[in-house]
Amino acid sequence: MNILQHKLSSGFVACIAIIVCYISFTRQPTDAYLFPRVISVFFLGLALWTFIKALLGLSKVGNGLSLTMFKNMFPGILISSIYLFIAAKSLGFYTATTIAFFLLLISYDPAPHTNLNSWTKRIIITACFIAIMYTLFAKILVVYTPRGMFI
Amino acid sequence: MDFIFYFGEVFTLTSMLLLIGGTIGGLIMGATPGLSPTMTVALLIPFTFNMTPVHGLILLGAAYTSTVAGGAVSAILLKIPGAPANIATTLDGNAMARKGEGAKALQLSFISSLIGGIFGVFLLIFLTPVLAKMANSFGYSHTFWLAIIGVTVIGSLEAGSVVKGLLSGCIGMWLATIGFDDIQGVKRFVFHPALGGGVNIIPALIGLFAIPQVITMFAKGRFQTDIKQITVKKHPISQAFREVFSRKRALAIGTSIGSVIGLIPGVGGQIAGLLAYDQAKKFSPEKAKFGTGHSEGVIAAESANNAMVGPSLVPLLTLSIPGSPTAAVLLGGLIIHGIFPGPTLFQDYPEVIWPFINSMLIGQILMCIFGIYIASLAARVAQVPQFIMAAIVLGLAAFGSFAVQQSMGDVYVMVVLGTMMYFLERFGFSAAPLVLGLILGPIAESNFVTGSLISTAQNGPFIYFFTGGLNIVLVSIVILSVGFSIWSEITAKRQET
Repeated sequence: MNILQHKLSSGFVACIAIIVCYISFTRQPTDAYLFPRVISVFFLGLALWTFIKALLGLSKVGNGLSLTMFKNMFPGILISSIYLFIAAKSLGFYTATTIAFFLLLISYDPAPHTNLNSWTKRIIITACFIAIMYTLFAKILVVYTPRGMFI
Repeated sequence: MDFIFYFGEVFTLTSMLLLIGGTIGGLIMGATPGLSPTMTVALLIPFTFNMTPVHGLILLGAAYTSTVAGGAVSAILLKIPGAPANIATTLDGNAMARKGEGAKALQLSFISSLIGGIFGVFLLIFLTPVLAKMANSFGYSHTFWLAIIGVTVIGSLEAGSVVKGLLSGCIGMWLATIGFDDIQGVKRFVFHPALGGGVNIIPALIGLFAIPQVITMFAKGRFQTDIKQITVKKHPISQAFREVFSRKRALAIGTSIGSVIGLIPGVGGQIAGLLAYDQAKKFSPEKAKFGTGHSEGVIAAESANNAMVGPSLVPLLTLSIPGSPTAAVLLGGLIIHGIFPGPTLFQDYPEVIWPFINSMLIGQILMCIFGIYIASLAARVAQVPQFIMAAIVLGLAAFGSFAVQQSMGDVYVMVVLGTMMYFLERFGFSAAPLVLGLILGPIAESNFVTGSLISTAQNGPFIYFFTGGLNIVLVSIVILSVGFSIWSEITAKRQET
């Protein structure tokens, strides 16, 4: 059913194993790569075994991903990626978290977007969450997060 | 009897507040489907940074104990196990709730969890120092093989496929080699500046356990939650106590199976609960009642999954080998506080370890009291829509990972590892062996390298690592665990066809 997906995932792992094995056996000094060499041999052997099984269509463990699942998770992954890789540093941790949290609620809340109550609910939930996070991390744990544009 | 001497530390105001907070929080988190005990403990670690090691560990221990028991609330009232360890509880617990015996099922579950849990912690108290003394005589080769056992046992049992489980373990061990080599100081596999200091355990743990859950919640899309909580009618607690003690067989089976399973690295609460349920059914004269709301089913399953908690820490505290994924996360918590488990742990840090173990004992009692009285509240929290939970967990994961070293690199490592793990899990790979590989990798490497250096001056590596009684026993365990899992997989496939 998901033969192509199994091939792709096991192929990806096999590629990593080949790179790890190549680096372990070619880089110097040898002593520093003694343990990685041992591990990489097993890593490569198991990865190739899995890849060959997938190529032969014998890999059956795991259900893979359906198009619906991918479509559902896409907005969440996109928002999270922009939040963590770009916005957290440039906008500041708390601002970025507030925006990302609110966008996630908008994207996944089944309540209709035309309903004013649902918007109020989303704003209140976001405000409460960020207030708790600020109290916990900025005030109690004294974590200095990036302030981004607010510096 | 050293543990009695350190009981005072548990009864200080801060410790008690942390114990109560950890227990209540753990019960609520445990009752929330999707928030596993492992993920809860991983997300809590950053909150312990500013605490003393004793207080940090007390909080983590209380959360570990109560999340396992809290999972029974949603299993009974919502028919959704809060954690894999509570799957067996759903079978009879929810049937009881549907018959109007929800309160009774909850009381039975928390009382049997208390009895199983206390037995498990006593096993931890009495077995750990004995095993630690034995472990004192271990050499480099033995410690190396023990680390390998930790990865291979969990790798062969946890994943759906033995090969993919072992492959996950190898990936974890490789990830552990990223960064500077301890002996020569050489940079290895540093493909990005964020990896300069290696893969930090805590962000990796948060990513590997929290992010796949977040993406799983995203993958469900914009759906209307349709979870119906069963209303709970009052039930006298004294009757529940009488019922538990009248079902001695189920209680004994659950407690003993849970304790033994906990001692085996990697087997975990899910197997303990299901195996205890199955055995209690086999030995019961009322077999036909199982699955229809029989109290023995709840008692056996819940006593087993909590009896497993204490013993799962025995190999962790004495040999540095975590008995379960949650124990692996606790190891991360210990390391963060500068405590390295091993044979000398009880000599080096008695003032930290004994209060931690004692707090687990008190935590079991608190878990039972609070569990019974706040179960309905926990069930209500468990109905918080998944999209809100996903956003909360993502925020906590980001802040928690950053807080470890105040580094964005850790956040990147957390999110990349977590996202990769989600996709790999969809194809039969498992996070638990990967985490054990990551944690035990440095232990295996340092002992392997030191052992190799010694062996070159003696009779060579083969004789050093493969000969001698203990080496042969340990290598045999590795081979047997892998062999048994392959045999089980082949048998299961034959039965399917």
